[in-house]
Amino acid sequence: MRSILHFIIKYHLGFLFIFLEIIAFSLIVTFNQNQRALFLSSSSKISGDLFETTSNIEQYLALKTINEELANENAYLRSQMIKSFKQSKDYFTLLGDSSTTTQYKYRAASVVNNSTKHTFNYITINKGTDDGIKPDMGIISPRGIVGIIIKCSKNYSTGLSLLNPRLKISAKLQESDFFGSISWDNKTANTVILEEIPEHASVSLGDKVITSGYSSIFPEGILIGTVDGVEHPIGESFYKISVKLSVDFSKLSFVEVIENVFQEEKIKLEEESRR
Amino acid sequence: MITRIPRYILSFFFFVLFQVFILNKIELSGYLNPFLYILFIVTLPFETPKWLLLVLGAILGLSVDLFLNSAGMHMAACVLIAYLRPFILRSFAPRDSYEVGTLPLPNYYGFAWFAKYAITLIIIHHFFYFFIESFGVETFVSTIVKTAFSSIFTLLIMLIALLFTYSRKRRI
Repeated sequence: MRSILHFIIKYHLGFLFIFLEIIAFSLIVTFNQNQRALFLSSSSKISGDLFETTSNIEQYLALKTINEELANENAYLRSQMIKSFKQSKDYFTLLGDSSTTTQYKYRAASVVNNSTKHTFNYITINKGTDDGIKPDMGIISPRGIVGIIIKCSKNYSTGLSLLNPRLKISAKLQESDFFGSISWDNKTANTVILEEIPEHASVSLGDKVITSGYSSIFPEGILIGTVDGVEHPIGESFYKISVKLSVDFSKLSFVEVIENVFQEEKIKLEEESRR
Repeated sequence: MITRIPRYILSFFFFVLFQVFILNKIELSGYLNPFLYILFIVTLPFETPKWLLLVLGAILGLSVDLFLNSAGMHMAACVLIAYLRPFILRSFAPRDSYEVGTLPLPNYYGFAWFAKYAITLIIIHHFFYFFIESFGVETFVSTIVKTAFSSIFTLLIMLIALLFTYSRKRRI
């Protein structure tokens, strides 16, 4: 027993080193393998508040572009108003019918922290469970899709950014309706890869890529980006398409969180039918 | 010796906040990620007990992790360089060893010595960090490229940061 103690005391540095490294690696394994278990996350109270302060300053510096974006979105929304459609009687009965069942709810939020140059990028917004945000809601910006909420605290939420290889999103080509999945290849902050598009599909540069609506998170038809390059790997029957993102992730400031009211119902039904 | 403690505590917070709120927000390229905050470990006094070095390294890494959603990655890299620092210092020691009361700074041993000593720690830290971060996702080559570019960039910023303190302490 005494010799063991002696041994430990003699090599206490080595033991301390190994002990600390084990702690570090267990943190890495526990909290980075499973994307839903961000423990030391930027949605915690202290770091959330600090990030909000700095992002306030940053937003002040970027007011001009933000104003432009908001003005653009206002214009877009105005064009969606009932008044801006030609009104006929049968049209109105239809519209009245569909407005009683709102499927998607939107909540505006502002981005308090965001990264684009790590291998796994996350985004933090300034709304949390108090504002009705829950994990698995989608995040979009006026220009297109941004990511998915994965963890919420009272006043903040953290989400996977589209620039994170752990996020896969179902997408389709607007022209031809062929669908595949979008994921980030870790290279540049403005392109993602669209895979699983079969080789008999017709793809041309500049085609729009939108969400497919097959997932229960995003509605159909939200812009993701435009086709930037098409590759046909030898021996595979699928294209590998690089998509230029419509959202500039390095300038993200205001976003909207989408809630699908029927999400649970859809998932439950799908699980039941799989049994 | 005791009078230095408040300054080190201040510099600890300064480096963490500077790293998180300024360096990590600068968008240069995916290959240029400077981690200036390890300057805290690099500049700790020669006489710092080795166990304290390890503990400080762990706390420093963990506080950066807290902000960057990278639980444990910076901690692992920081603990590693904190452990290796005494060995590296010993191998770069001048002929008559380090003088009592000096710090591992260019003021005392010159920029050439400091650059050699710092780049060794920086490369170890950056390589280890990028290796863990991209584990299984990226190729080994891109890890090496990232390490090389970022290391040089970090050293550059480090030397610029140290220029501010250079002339003032020269008299000692």
